[in-house]
Amino acid sequence: MLRAFLIALLLATPAAAQNLVLGLSESEVAITTTFDGSDILVFGAIKHESAVTQEAKLDLIVTVKGPDQATTVYRKDRRFGIWVNAATVEVDAAPSFYAIETTRPIADILGDEADRYYEITLPRVIKPSAEGHGNNDVALFTEALMRIRQDANKYQLREWDAALIDNTLFRTDVELPANLVEGAYEVSVFLLKDKKVISTYSTVLDVRKAGLERWMYNLSRQQPFYYGILSLIIAISAGWGASAIFRVFQR
Amino acid sequence: MQIYLPIAEVSVNAFLLLGLGGIVGILSGMFGVGGGFLMTPLLFFIGIPPAVAVATEANQIVASSFSGVLAHFKRKTVDFRMGTVLLVGGLIGAALGVVVFNYLKSLGQVDLLVKLCYVVFLGVVGGLMFIESLNAIRRTNAPAGTAPRKRKNHTWIHALPFKMKFRVSGLYISVIPPVIVGVVVGILAAIMGVGGGFIMVPAMIYLLGMPTKVVVGTSLFQIIFVTAFTTMLHATTNYTVDMMLAVLLLVGGVIGAQIGTRIGAKMKAEQLRILLALMVLGVCSKLALDLLLTPSELYSIGLGGH
Repeated sequence: MLRAFLIALLLATPAAAQNLVLGLSESEVAITTTFDGSDILVFGAIKHESAVTQEAKLDLIVTVKGPDQATTVYRKDRRFGIWVNAATVEVDAAPSFYAIETTRPIADILGDEADRYYEITLPRVIKPSAEGHGNNDVALFTEALMRIRQDANKYQLREWDAALIDNTLFRTDVELPANLVEGAYEVSVFLLKDKKVISTYSTVLDVRKAGLERWMYNLSRQQPFYYGILSLIIAISAGWGASAIFRVFQR
Repeated sequence: MQIYLPIAEVSVNAFLLLGLGGIVGILSGMFGVGGGFLMTPLLFFIGIPPAVAVATEANQIVASSFSGVLAHFKRKTVDFRMGTVLLVGGLIGAALGVVVFNYLKSLGQVDLLVKLCYVVFLGVVGGLMFIESLNAIRRTNAPAGTAPRKRKNHTWIHALPFKMKFRVSGLYISVIPPVIVGVVVGILAAIMGVGGGFIMVPAMIYLLGMPTKVVVGTSLFQIIFVTAFTTMLHATTNYTVDMMLAVLLLVGGVIGAQIGTRIGAKMKAEQLRILLALMVLGVCSKLALDLLLTPSELYSIGLGGH
Protein backbone atom coordinates (compact mmCIF):
# COMPACT_ATOMS: atom_id res chain seq x y z
CA MET A 1 0.00 0.00 0.00
CA LEU A 2 2.79 2.37 0.96
CA ARG A 3 4.60 1.55 -2.25
CA ALA A 4 1.54 2.21 -4.35
CA PHE A 5 1.20 5.45 -2.51
CA LEU A 6 4.79 6.46 -3.20
CA ILE A 7 4.46 5.57 -6.87
CA ALA A 8 1.30 7.65 -7.07
CA LEU A 9 3.20 10.45 -5.40
CA LEU A 10 5.90 10.26 -8.07
CA LEU A 11 3.52 9.96 -11.01
CA ALA A 12 1.25 12.80 -10.08
CA THR A 13 2.66 16.24 -10.40
CA PRO A 14 1.72 17.79 -7.08
CA ALA A 15 1.34 21.51 -6.96
CA ALA A 16 3.59 23.20 -4.46
CA ALA A 17 2.46 25.66 -1.82
CA GLN A 18 4.68 27.47 0.54
CA ASN A 19 5.28 24.38 2.57
CA LEU A 20 2.56 21.91 1.55
CA VAL A 21 2.38 19.76 -1.55
CA LEU A 22 -0.83 18.00 -2.45
CA GLY A 23 -1.91 15.48 -5.06
CA LEU A 24 -5.06 13.58 -5.95
CA SER A 25 -5.28 10.04 -7.29
CA GLU A 26 -7.57 11.39 -10.02
CA SER A 27 -7.82 14.93 -11.30
CA GLU A 28 -11.37 14.39 -12.52
CA VAL A 29 -14.33 12.16 -11.78
CA ALA A 30 -16.44 11.08 -14.77
CA ILE A 31 -20.09 10.31 -14.04
CA THR A 32 -20.96 7.57 -16.51
CA THR A 33 -24.10 5.43 -16.73
CA THR A 34 -22.78 2.86 -14.28
CA PHE A 35 -21.21 5.42 -11.92
CA ASP A 36 -21.46 4.00 -8.43
CA GLY A 37 -19.43 6.41 -6.36
CA SER A 38 -15.69 6.79 -6.31
CA ASP A 39 -12.80 6.77 -3.84
CA ILE A 40 -10.33 9.61 -4.15
CA LEU A 41 -6.92 9.37 -2.57
CA VAL A 42 -5.67 12.71 -1.29
CA PHE A 43 -1.95 12.67 -0.51
CA GLY A 44 0.94 15.03 -0.06
CA ALA A 45 3.96 16.07 1.91
CA ILE A 46 5.01 18.84 4.25
CA LYS A 47 8.22 20.73 3.65
CA HIS A 48 9.87 21.83 6.86
CA GLU A 49 11.92 24.97 6.90
CA SER A 50 13.26 24.49 10.43
CA ALA A 51 13.70 21.61 12.82
CA VAL A 52 11.23 23.22 15.22
CA THR A 53 8.14 22.43 13.16
CA GLN A 54 9.38 18.92 12.63
CA GLU A 55 9.45 18.32 16.38
CA ALA A 56 6.08 19.90 17.05
CA LYS A 57 2.82 18.01 17.35
CA LEU A 58 1.17 18.65 13.99
CA ASP A 59 -2.35 17.77 12.84
CA LEU A 60 -4.10 17.76 9.54
CA ILE A 61 -7.59 18.40 8.22
CA VAL A 62 -8.60 17.54 4.64
CA THR A 63 -11.90 18.85 3.28
CA VAL A 64 -13.66 18.12 0.01
CA LYS A 65 -16.46 20.54 -0.81
CA GLY A 66 -18.97 20.15 -3.64
CA PRO A 67 -20.63 23.07 -5.44
CA ASP A 68 -22.72 25.40 -3.29
CA GLN A 69 -26.46 25.34 -3.88
CA ALA A 70 -29.26 27.59 -2.74
CA THR A 71 -31.34 25.24 -0.60
CA THR A 72 -34.69 25.42 1.14
CA VAL A 73 -35.36 23.45 4.32
CA TYR A 74 -39.00 22.70 5.07
CA ARG A 75 -40.50 21.68 8.38
CA LYS A 76 -43.78 19.83 8.50
CA ASP A 77 -46.47 20.68 10.97
CA ARG A 78 -49.94 19.31 11.54
CA ARG A 79 -52.57 21.53 9.93
CA PHE A 80 -56.21 20.43 9.77
CA GLY A 81 -55.10 16.92 10.70
CA ILE A 82 -52.57 16.44 7.94
CA TRP A 83 -48.82 17.01 7.89
CA VAL A 84 -47.86 19.85 5.60
CA ASN A 85 -44.71 21.92 5.03
CA ALA A 86 -45.54 24.78 7.38
CA ALA A 87 -42.22 26.52 7.97
CA THR A 88 -39.23 27.10 5.74
CA VAL A 89 -35.71 28.39 6.09
CA GLU A 90 -33.73 29.37 3.06
CA VAL A 91 -30.07 28.58 3.01
CA ASP A 92 -28.18 30.82 0.60
CA ALA A 93 -25.33 28.40 0.14
CA ALA A 94 -25.05 24.82 1.28
CA PRO A 95 -22.50 22.52 -0.35
CA SER A 96 -24.02 19.59 -2.21
CA PHE A 97 -21.24 17.47 -0.73
CA TYR A 98 -18.85 18.03 2.15
CA ALA A 99 -16.31 15.66 3.65
CA ILE A 100 -13.96 16.38 6.54
CA GLU A 101 -11.09 13.99 7.28
CA THR A 102 -8.89 14.64 10.30
CA THR A 103 -5.95 13.08 12.07
CA ARG A 104 -7.56 13.50 15.54
CA PRO A 105 -10.98 14.60 16.87
CA ILE A 106 -11.68 17.96 15.30
CA ALA A 107 -12.52 19.65 18.61
CA ASP A 108 -9.02 18.85 19.89
CA ILE A 109 -7.10 20.22 16.93
CA LEU A 110 -9.12 23.13 15.55
CA GLY A 111 -9.61 26.35 17.48
CA ASP A 112 -12.77 28.43 17.19
CA GLU A 113 -10.90 31.40 15.78
CA ALA A 114 -9.24 29.36 13.05
CA ASP A 115 -12.58 27.76 12.19
CA ARG A 116 -14.24 31.14 11.90
CA TYR A 117 -11.51 32.40 9.59
CA TYR A 118 -11.08 29.34 7.38
CA GLU A 119 -14.71 28.08 7.55
CA ILE A 120 -13.90 24.44 8.06
CA THR A 121 -16.69 22.86 10.14
CA LEU A 122 -20.21 22.41 8.72
CA PRO A 123 -21.94 25.13 10.78
CA ARG A 124 -19.39 27.59 9.36
CA VAL A 125 -19.81 26.34 5.81
CA ILE A 126 -23.61 26.43 5.67
CA LYS A 127 -24.95 29.95 5.46
CA PRO A 128 -28.62 30.44 6.20
CA SER A 129 -30.13 33.69 5.02
CA ALA A 130 -30.85 36.26 7.69
CA GLU A 131 -34.49 35.46 8.38
CA GLY A 132 -36.63 32.37 8.23
CA HIS A 133 -40.33 32.39 7.42
CA GLY A 134 -42.75 31.68 10.24
CA ASN A 135 -40.17 30.64 12.83
CA ASN A 136 -37.24 31.93 14.77
CA ASP A 137 -35.11 28.84 15.22
CA VAL A 138 -33.00 28.82 12.08
CA ALA A 139 -30.44 26.68 13.92
CA LEU A 140 -32.90 23.77 14.13
CA PHE A 141 -33.31 23.88 10.36
CA THR A 142 -29.60 23.92 9.56
CA GLU A 143 -29.13 21.06 12.04
CA ALA A 144 -31.84 19.13 10.20
CA LEU A 145 -30.14 19.86 6.88
CA MET A 146 -26.87 18.47 8.24
CA ARG A 147 -28.58 15.43 9.77
CA ILE A 148 -30.42 14.50 6.57
CA ARG A 149 -27.34 14.94 4.40
CA GLN A 150 -25.17 13.03 6.88
CA ASP A 151 -27.59 10.11 6.75
CA ALA A 152 -27.33 10.22 2.95
CA ASN A 153 -23.51 10.16 3.21
CA LYS A 154 -23.34 13.56 1.55
CA TYR A 155 -21.84 15.20 4.59
CA GLN A 156 -19.08 13.17 6.18
CA LEU A 157 -16.92 13.70 9.23
CA ARG A 158 -14.18 11.08 9.54
CA GLU A 159 -12.00 11.77 12.55
CA TRP A 160 -8.76 9.75 12.78
CA ASP A 161 -9.12 8.94 9.06
CA ALA A 162 -6.30 11.09 7.77
CA ALA A 163 -2.82 9.69 8.32
CA LEU A 164 0.20 11.90 8.99
CA ILE A 165 3.49 9.98 8.89
CA ASP A 166 6.57 11.41 10.61
CA ASN A 167 5.07 14.89 10.40
CA THR A 168 5.96 14.77 6.69
CA LEU A 169 3.78 12.55 4.57
CA PHE A 170 0.01 12.52 4.68
CA ARG A 171 -2.75 10.63 2.97
CA THR A 172 -6.47 10.06 3.28
CA ASP A 173 -9.24 8.42 1.26
CA VAL A 174 -12.40 10.36 0.47
CA GLU A 175 -15.44 8.34 -0.45
CA LEU A 176 -17.62 10.10 -3.03
CA PRO A 177 -21.20 8.73 -3.06
CA ALA A 178 -23.07 7.77 -6.24
CA ASN A 179 -25.50 10.70 -6.08
CA LEU A 180 -23.01 13.40 -7.02
CA VAL A 181 -23.80 16.82 -8.38
CA GLU A 182 -21.65 18.03 -11.28
CA GLY A 183 -19.15 20.81 -10.74
CA ALA A 184 -15.82 21.83 -9.29
CA TYR A 185 -15.04 20.12 -5.98
CA GLU A 186 -12.63 22.02 -3.81
CA VAL A 187 -10.06 19.86 -2.02
CA SER A 188 -8.31 21.71 0.82
CA VAL A 189 -5.63 20.68 3.28
CA PHE A 190 -5.14 22.51 6.55
CA LEU A 191 -2.00 21.97 8.60
CA LEU A 192 -2.59 22.70 12.27
CA LYS A 193 -0.44 23.34 15.30
CA ASP A 194 -1.74 24.38 18.73
CA LYS A 195 -5.27 24.66 17.32
CA LYS A 196 -4.12 27.18 14.71
CA VAL A 197 -3.84 26.75 10.96
CA ILE A 198 -0.19 27.21 10.04
CA SER A 199 -0.46 26.30 6.37
CA THR A 200 -3.15 25.53 3.85
CA TYR A 201 -3.41 24.45 0.25
CA SER A 202 -6.37 23.93 -2.12
CA THR A 203 -6.88 22.29 -5.44
CA VAL A 204 -9.88 21.45 -7.60
CA LEU A 205 -11.36 18.09 -8.47
CA ASP A 206 -13.57 18.21 -11.54
CA VAL A 207 -16.73 16.11 -11.36
CA ARG A 208 -18.60 15.90 -14.65
CA LYS A 209 -21.01 13.72 -16.54
CA ALA A 210 -19.42 11.78 -19.39
CA GLY A 211 -20.45 9.80 -22.44
CA LEU A 212 -24.17 9.04 -22.78
CA GLU A 213 -24.99 10.91 -19.57
CA ARG A 214 -23.29 14.05 -20.85
CA TRP A 215 -25.01 13.77 -24.22
CA MET A 216 -28.51 13.30 -22.78
CA TYR A 217 -28.08 16.08 -20.27
CA ASN A 218 -26.82 18.56 -22.87
CA LEU A 219 -29.56 17.64 -25.32
CA SER A 220 -32.27 18.10 -22.66
CA ARG A 221 -31.01 21.62 -21.86
CA GLN A 222 -29.91 22.85 -25.27
CA GLN A 223 -32.45 21.17 -27.57
CA PRO A 224 -35.39 20.42 -25.28
CA PHE A 225 -37.81 20.11 -28.19
CA TYR A 226 -35.78 17.43 -29.96
CA TYR A 227 -35.07 15.76 -26.62
CA GLY A 228 -38.84 15.51 -26.04
CA ILE A 229 -39.45 14.16 -29.56
CA LEU A 230 -36.67 11.60 -29.14
CA SER A 231 -38.17 10.47 -25.80
CA LEU A 232 -41.50 9.95 -27.54
CA ILE A 233 -39.97 8.08 -30.50
CA ILE A 234 -38.19 5.73 -28.10
CA ALA A 235 -41.40 5.23 -26.11
CA ILE A 236 -43.58 4.54 -29.15
CA SER A 237 -41.10 2.22 -30.86
CA ALA A 238 -40.64 0.29 -27.62
CA GLY A 239 -44.41 -0.05 -27.28
CA TRP A 240 -44.84 -1.09 -30.89
CA GLY A 241 -41.81 -3.42 -30.75
CA ALA A 242 -43.09 -5.28 -27.72
CA SER A 243 -46.48 -5.69 -29.35
CA ALA A 244 -44.88 -7.05 -32.56
CA ILE A 245 -42.71 -9.49 -30.64
CA PHE A 246 -45.71 -10.84 -28.72
CA ARG A 247 -47.64 -11.34 -31.99
CA VAL A 248 -44.79 -13.53 -33.27
CA PHE A 249 -44.90 -15.60 -30.09
CA GLN A 250 -48.64 -16.09 -30.36
CA ARG A 251 -48.52 -17.73 -33.77
CA MET B 1 -26.71 -3.04 -10.84
CA GLN B 2 -26.70 0.65 -9.98
CA ILE B 3 -27.40 3.08 -12.79
CA TYR B 4 -26.97 6.85 -12.77
CA LEU B 5 -29.94 8.85 -14.09
CA PRO B 6 -28.68 11.95 -15.94
CA ILE B 7 -31.64 14.26 -15.35
CA ALA B 8 -32.80 13.07 -11.93
CA GLU B 9 -29.12 13.05 -10.84
CA VAL B 10 -29.58 10.04 -8.61
CA SER B 11 -28.22 6.53 -8.80
CA VAL B 12 -30.74 3.69 -8.53
CA ASN B 13 -30.87 -0.06 -9.08
CA ALA B 14 -31.67 -0.86 -12.73
CA PHE B 15 -33.46 -4.14 -11.90
CA LEU B 16 -35.69 -2.41 -9.39
CA LEU B 17 -36.83 -0.03 -12.14
CA LEU B 18 -37.34 -2.88 -14.64
CA GLY B 19 -39.38 -4.80 -12.06
CA LEU B 20 -41.54 -1.82 -11.16
CA GLY B 21 -42.14 -1.18 -14.85
CA GLY B 22 -43.17 -4.81 -15.40
CA ILE B 23 -45.65 -5.04 -12.54
CA VAL B 24 -47.26 -1.72 -13.35
CA GLY B 25 -47.33 -2.71 -17.04
CA ILE B 26 -49.35 -5.86 -16.29
CA LEU B 27 -51.93 -3.79 -14.40
CA SER B 28 -51.98 -1.24 -17.20
CA GLY B 29 -52.83 -3.88 -19.78
CA MET B 30 -55.43 -5.55 -17.57
CA PHE B 31 -57.38 -2.48 -16.59
CA GLY B 32 -56.72 -0.05 -19.42
CA VAL B 33 -55.22 2.45 -17.04
CA GLY B 34 -51.82 3.95 -17.69
CA GLY B 35 -50.57 2.73 -14.34
CA GLY B 36 -49.20 6.17 -13.54
CA PHE B 37 -51.25 6.47 -10.36
CA LEU B 38 -49.19 3.58 -8.99
CA MET B 39 -45.84 4.31 -10.61
CA THR B 40 -45.53 7.99 -9.74
CA PRO B 41 -45.86 7.45 -5.95
CA LEU B 42 -43.50 4.45 -6.21
CA LEU B 43 -40.92 6.67 -7.91
CA PHE B 44 -41.28 9.19 -5.06
CA PHE B 45 -40.62 6.37 -2.58
CA ILE B 46 -37.36 5.30 -4.25
CA GLY B 47 -36.02 8.83 -4.19
CA ILE B 48 -36.72 10.26 -7.65
CA PRO B 49 -37.45 14.01 -7.37
CA PRO B 50 -41.25 14.53 -7.75
CA ALA B 51 -40.94 16.88 -10.74
CA VAL B 52 -38.83 14.31 -12.60
CA ALA B 53 -41.12 11.44 -11.59
CA VAL B 54 -44.24 13.19 -12.90
CA ALA B 55 -42.69 14.23 -16.23
CA THR B 56 -40.92 10.94 -16.91
CA GLU B 57 -43.97 8.91 -16.00
CA ALA B 58 -45.96 10.77 -18.67
CA ASN B 59 -43.36 9.62 -21.20
CA GLN B 60 -43.46 6.05 -19.94
CA ILE B 61 -47.27 5.93 -20.14
CA VAL B 62 -47.01 6.74 -23.87
CA ALA B 63 -45.09 3.49 -24.35
CA SER B 64 -47.25 1.22 -22.22
CA SER B 65 -50.47 2.67 -23.64
CA PHE B 66 -49.22 2.30 -27.20
CA SER B 67 -48.39 -1.32 -26.62
CA GLY B 68 -51.83 -1.82 -25.04
CA VAL B 69 -53.82 0.03 -27.69
CA LEU B 70 -52.36 -2.06 -30.53
CA ALA B 71 -53.89 -5.14 -28.96
CA HIS B 72 -57.23 -3.30 -28.79
CA PHE B 73 -56.98 -2.21 -32.45
CA LYS B 74 -56.79 -5.85 -33.41
CA ARG B 75 -59.92 -6.66 -31.44
CA LYS B 76 -61.65 -3.53 -32.84
CA THR B 77 -62.48 -2.22 -29.38
CA VAL B 78 -61.47 1.42 -29.97
CA ASP B 79 -64.06 4.15 -30.61
CA PHE B 80 -61.92 6.59 -32.63
CA ARG B 81 -64.62 9.22 -32.82
CA MET B 82 -65.14 9.31 -29.07
CA GLY B 83 -61.39 9.10 -28.55
CA THR B 84 -60.81 12.18 -30.69
CA VAL B 85 -63.46 14.20 -28.83
CA LEU B 86 -61.89 13.20 -25.49
CA LEU B 87 -58.48 14.07 -26.91
CA VAL B 88 -59.46 17.64 -27.79
CA GLY B 89 -60.43 18.20 -24.17
CA GLY B 90 -57.31 16.38 -22.99
CA LEU B 91 -54.89 18.66 -24.83
CA ILE B 92 -56.55 21.77 -23.38
CA GLY B 93 -56.43 20.24 -19.92
CA ALA B 94 -52.77 19.22 -20.17
CA ALA B 95 -51.73 22.75 -21.09
CA LEU B 96 -53.68 24.13 -18.11
CA GLY B 97 -52.20 21.46 -15.85
CA VAL B 98 -48.58 22.27 -16.69
CA VAL B 99 -49.23 25.95 -15.91
CA VAL B 100 -50.72 24.99 -12.52
CA PHE B 101 -47.88 22.52 -11.83
CA ASN B 102 -45.18 25.13 -12.49
CA TYR B 103 -47.02 27.59 -10.25
CA LEU B 104 -47.23 25.09 -7.36
CA LYS B 105 -43.55 24.28 -7.79
CA SER B 106 -42.69 27.92 -7.28
CA LEU B 107 -44.68 27.83 -4.02
CA GLY B 108 -42.78 24.79 -2.70
CA GLN B 109 -46.04 22.92 -2.08
CA VAL B 110 -46.13 20.71 -5.15
CA ASP B 111 -45.53 17.55 -3.14
CA LEU B 112 -48.43 18.08 -0.78
CA LEU B 113 -50.87 19.13 -3.48
CA VAL B 114 -49.95 16.21 -5.73
CA LYS B 115 -50.51 13.83 -2.80
CA LEU B 116 -53.77 15.50 -1.82
CA CYS B 117 -54.98 15.19 -5.42
CA TYR B 118 -54.16 11.49 -5.29
CA VAL B 119 -55.99 10.89 -2.03
CA VAL B 120 -59.11 12.78 -3.09
CA PHE B 121 -59.40 11.41 -6.63
CA LEU B 122 -58.39 7.86 -5.84
CA GLY B 123 -60.65 7.77 -2.78
CA VAL B 124 -63.76 9.01 -4.55
CA VAL B 125 -63.28 7.04 -7.76
CA GLY B 126 -62.18 3.84 -6.01
CA GLY B 127 -65.07 4.00 -3.54
CA LEU B 128 -67.71 4.58 -6.21
CA MET B 129 -66.36 1.82 -8.43
CA PHE B 130 -66.19 -0.64 -5.57
CA ILE B 131 -69.83 -0.09 -4.55
CA GLU B 132 -71.02 -0.17 -8.16
CA SER B 133 -69.18 -3.40 -8.97
CA LEU B 134 -70.49 -5.06 -5.82
CA ASN B 135 -74.02 -4.14 -6.87
CA ALA B 136 -73.37 -5.42 -10.39
CA ILE B 137 -72.14 -8.75 -9.09
CA ARG B 138 -75.13 -9.03 -6.76
CA ARG B 139 -77.46 -8.33 -9.70
CA THR B 140 -75.97 -11.06 -11.87
CA ASN B 141 -76.23 -13.49 -8.96
CA ALA B 142 -79.86 -12.64 -8.29
CA PRO B 143 -82.56 -14.88 -9.85
CA ALA B 144 -83.29 -13.97 -13.45
CA GLY B 145 -86.33 -11.91 -14.37
CA THR B 146 -86.56 -9.88 -11.18
CA ALA B 147 -84.93 -6.73 -12.56
CA PRO B 148 -84.66 -6.42 -16.33
CA ARG B 149 -81.59 -4.35 -17.20
CA LYS B 150 -82.70 -0.85 -17.99
CA ARG B 151 -81.21 1.24 -20.77
CA LYS B 152 -79.59 4.41 -19.37
CA ASN B 153 -82.33 6.90 -18.56
CA HIS B 154 -82.63 10.21 -20.30
CA THR B 155 -80.73 12.55 -18.00
CA TRP B 156 -79.50 16.14 -18.27
CA ILE B 157 -76.70 14.87 -20.50
CA HIS B 158 -79.16 14.11 -23.25
CA ALA B 159 -80.55 17.63 -23.13
CA LEU B 160 -77.24 19.23 -24.12
CA PRO B 161 -76.63 20.58 -27.63
CA PHE B 162 -73.94 19.58 -30.21
CA LYS B 163 -75.04 15.98 -30.44
CA MET B 164 -72.90 13.53 -32.31
CA LYS B 165 -73.26 9.90 -33.30
CA PHE B 166 -70.71 7.49 -31.86
CA ARG B 167 -71.37 4.29 -33.79
CA VAL B 168 -68.83 2.00 -32.13
CA SER B 169 -70.18 2.91 -28.68
CA GLY B 170 -73.80 2.93 -29.90
CA LEU B 171 -74.37 6.41 -28.52
CA TYR B 172 -75.96 9.63 -29.73
CA ILE B 173 -74.96 12.28 -27.21
CA SER B 174 -73.66 15.82 -26.90
CA VAL B 175 -69.89 16.35 -27.27
CA ILE B 176 -69.80 18.61 -24.20
CA PRO B 177 -69.56 15.90 -21.50
CA PRO B 178 -66.73 13.98 -23.24
CA VAL B 179 -64.78 17.22 -23.81
CA ILE B 180 -65.12 18.10 -20.11
CA VAL B 181 -64.01 14.60 -19.10
CA GLY B 182 -61.02 15.08 -21.43
CA VAL B 183 -60.07 18.42 -19.88
CA VAL B 184 -60.18 16.99 -16.33
CA VAL B 185 -58.06 14.01 -17.39
CA GLY B 186 -55.56 16.30 -19.15
CA ILE B 187 -55.11 18.43 -16.02
CA LEU B 188 -54.54 15.32 -13.93
CA ALA B 189 -52.05 13.97 -16.47
CA ALA B 190 -49.93 17.08 -16.19
CA ILE B 191 -50.13 17.55 -12.41
CA MET B 192 -50.10 13.98 -11.13
CA GLY B 193 -48.07 12.19 -13.79
CA VAL B 194 -50.91 9.80 -14.55
CA GLY B 195 -52.64 8.79 -17.76
CA GLY B 196 -55.95 9.51 -16.08
CA GLY B 197 -57.49 6.15 -16.97
CA PHE B 198 -58.60 5.63 -13.40
CA ILE B 199 -60.95 8.59 -13.69
CA MET B 200 -61.72 8.37 -17.43
CA VAL B 201 -62.78 4.71 -17.41
CA PRO B 202 -65.48 5.19 -14.75
CA ALA B 203 -66.55 8.50 -16.32
CA MET B 204 -67.00 6.77 -19.68
CA ILE B 205 -68.99 3.92 -18.16
CA TYR B 206 -71.20 5.80 -15.71
CA LEU B 207 -71.37 9.32 -17.11
CA LEU B 208 -71.29 8.75 -20.88
CA GLY B 209 -72.84 5.29 -20.73
CA MET B 210 -70.30 3.68 -23.05
CA PRO B 211 -70.15 -0.13 -23.25
CA THR B 212 -67.38 -1.52 -21.03
CA LYS B 213 -65.95 -3.43 -24.00
CA VAL B 214 -64.77 -0.31 -25.88
CA VAL B 215 -63.94 1.78 -22.83
CA VAL B 216 -60.44 0.42 -22.23
CA GLY B 217 -59.19 0.73 -25.83
CA THR B 218 -60.69 4.19 -26.30
CA SER B 219 -59.21 5.52 -23.07
CA LEU B 220 -55.76 4.17 -24.04
CA PHE B 221 -56.11 5.88 -27.42
CA GLN B 222 -56.76 9.25 -25.75
CA ILE B 223 -54.08 8.72 -23.09
CA ILE B 224 -51.31 8.21 -25.67
CA PHE B 225 -51.78 11.62 -27.22
CA VAL B 226 -52.40 13.51 -23.99
CA THR B 227 -49.34 12.04 -22.24
CA ALA B 228 -47.19 12.63 -25.35
CA PHE B 229 -48.26 16.27 -25.30
CA THR B 230 -47.58 16.47 -21.54
CA THR B 231 -44.12 14.96 -22.05
CA MET B 232 -43.29 17.64 -24.59
CA LEU B 233 -44.53 20.41 -22.30
CA HIS B 234 -42.50 19.17 -19.31
CA ALA B 235 -39.42 18.54 -21.47
CA THR B 236 -39.45 22.05 -22.91
CA THR B 237 -40.45 24.06 -19.82
CA ASN B 238 -39.02 22.13 -16.85
CA TYR B 239 -36.32 19.90 -18.43
CA THR B 240 -37.51 17.11 -16.14
CA VAL B 241 -38.01 14.18 -18.54
CA ASP B 242 -35.34 11.58 -17.74
CA MET B 243 -34.85 9.44 -20.84
CA MET B 244 -32.74 6.85 -19.05
CA LEU B 245 -35.37 6.38 -16.35
CA ALA B 246 -38.14 6.23 -18.94
CA VAL B 247 -36.35 3.56 -21.01
CA LEU B 248 -35.86 1.29 -18.00
CA LEU B 249 -39.46 1.67 -16.88
CA LEU B 250 -40.88 1.13 -20.35
CA VAL B 251 -38.84 -1.97 -21.17
CA GLY B 252 -40.50 -3.62 -18.17
CA GLY B 253 -43.75 -1.79 -18.84
CA VAL B 254 -44.41 -2.74 -22.46
CA ILE B 255 -43.79 -6.44 -21.79
CA GLY B 256 -46.06 -6.29 -18.77
CA ALA B 257 -48.80 -4.51 -20.73
CA GLN B 258 -48.87 -7.31 -23.35
CA ILE B 259 -49.28 -9.93 -20.64
CA GLY B 260 -51.87 -7.80 -18.87
CA THR B 261 -54.05 -7.31 -21.96
CA ARG B 262 -54.28 -11.08 -22.38
CA ILE B 263 -55.18 -11.63 -18.73
CA GLY B 264 -57.78 -8.85 -18.95
CA ALA B 265 -59.48 -10.39 -21.99
CA LYS B 266 -60.10 -13.62 -20.05
CA MET B 267 -61.76 -11.94 -17.07
CA LYS B 268 -65.32 -10.69 -16.59
CA ALA B 269 -65.89 -6.94 -16.63
CA GLU B 270 -67.29 -6.94 -13.07
CA GLN B 271 -64.27 -8.80 -11.74
CA LEU B 272 -61.93 -6.37 -13.49
CA ARG B 273 -63.74 -3.40 -12.07
CA ILE B 274 -63.75 -4.67 -8.50
CA LEU B 275 -60.03 -5.47 -8.69
CA LEU B 276 -59.25 -2.04 -10.07
CA ALA B 277 -61.37 -0.45 -7.33
CA LEU B 278 -59.44 -2.35 -4.64
CA MET B 279 -56.08 -1.29 -6.11
CA VAL B 280 -57.15 2.34 -6.30
CA LEU B 281 -58.34 2.26 -2.69
CA GLY B 282 -55.10 0.60 -1.56
CA VAL B 283 -52.88 3.30 -3.06
CA CYS B 284 -55.23 5.95 -1.72
CA SER B 285 -55.06 4.73 1.88
CA LYS B 286 -51.26 4.40 1.75
CA LEU B 287 -50.94 8.03 0.66
CA ALA B 288 -53.54 9.18 3.17
CA LEU B 289 -51.66 7.48 6.01
CA ASP B 290 -48.47 9.27 4.95
CA LEU B 291 -50.26 12.57 5.33
CA LEU B 292 -52.02 11.67 8.58
CA LEU B 293 -49.36 9.85 10.60
CA THR B 294 -46.54 11.73 12.29
CA PRO B 295 -43.56 11.51 9.92
CA SER B 296 -40.27 10.17 11.30
CA GLU B 297 -38.41 13.14 9.82
CA LEU B 298 -40.21 16.46 10.06
CA TYR B 299 -37.71 18.28 7.91
CA SER B 300 -37.10 17.96 4.20
CA ILE B 301 -34.74 19.61 1.74
CA GLY B 302 -35.62 21.33 -1.49
CA LEU B 303 -33.22 22.85 -3.96
CA GLY B 304 -33.31 26.46 -4.99
CA GLY B 305 -34.57 29.49 -3.16
CA HIS B 306 -37.88 31.14 -3.79
